[in-house]
Amino acid sequence: MSSEIATSIPSDRRRQGVERRPWRALAVQLLGPLTIVGGLVWAVAQPYRIVILDHEGRSLSLYDYLFQAPLLVVLVGLVFTFLVAPGLVDDLEAVKQRDSAR
Amino acid sequence: MIPHAENAHWLAAAVALFFGLILIAELIVGPEVFHRRKWRAYLFPSLVIVSSVGLWLITIFSTFSTMHLLAHSIWALAALVAGAVELALARGKIGRPAWSLVPAFALLVSGIAFLVHEQNPWLYSRSAFLHHAIGWMLVVVALFPLGRAVQPGRLVWRAGYALTVVLLAVLLFADRDAAPIFGRFGLGGP
Repeated sequence: MSSEIATSIPSDRRRQGVERRPWRALAVQLLGPLTIVGGLVWAVAQPYRIVILDHEGRSLSLYDYLFQAPLLVVLVGLVFTFLVAPGLVDDLEAVKQRDSAR
Repeated sequence: MIPHAENAHWLAAAVALFFGLILIAELIVGPEVFHRRKWRAYLFPSLVIVSSVGLWLITIFSTFSTMHLLAHSIWALAALVAGAVELALARGKIGRPAWSLVPAFALLVSGIAFLVHEQNPWLYSRSAFLHHAIGWMLVVVALFPLGRAVQPGRLVWRAGYALTVVLLAVLLFADRDAAPIFGRFGLGGP
């Protein structure tokens, strides 16, 4: 048996890894938007959690305007979507290209 | 001007949610891809250490109750130690899986502090209910980093840890200073 044939199994494994990666990129890209949608759904379900929409009869401080729970969820989703996810997808792509070049 | 407890808890929940997303993302792409950029490798430990600084600040303002002061001090210390260990792991200063025992111990101590400093029963108010729920959750999920120390290769420990942090965020977001436990459905509360 020649050495080329003997090394074909790891090569197949690598190809399977490459084929598995697209869902990973999609999953990472979906994390942020899903979080944003979660925050928006929460805001619609409980509008009184947003003081801009519902502040009658309540004495509010600056913190009540700064920390509005559903909006914080949306903010986290936005930060993840624009600051973390793009780099991860780029790196997934880079690893994919490196593996396929081997 | 000191923020209400619920404001501080929601901010902590937002940080926990971000933690959770980071951990889930690492789980999806794998450590090799995740650590390709140095800032990402340092993100989680840095956030834990910054959180500990935030907890120390809250400790300073927790003068209304000795129990709260002690509990927040313990959480701040636990976060600082766990963050330091995670930072050393990210920098490659330490590498043995057994170091995961430190975050496990930090979670266990944090859970016990939650349970001890809540003096009201489960159904007294939403805040009391959440303190009990979070406390027991932290005690139980200390098993995940413990499992990571014993079986570092198993995905279930890392997945459990990531999902726990998201659940912690949900529980903290649910906190209100004064509210029935299940909102308009009643049950418990003042």
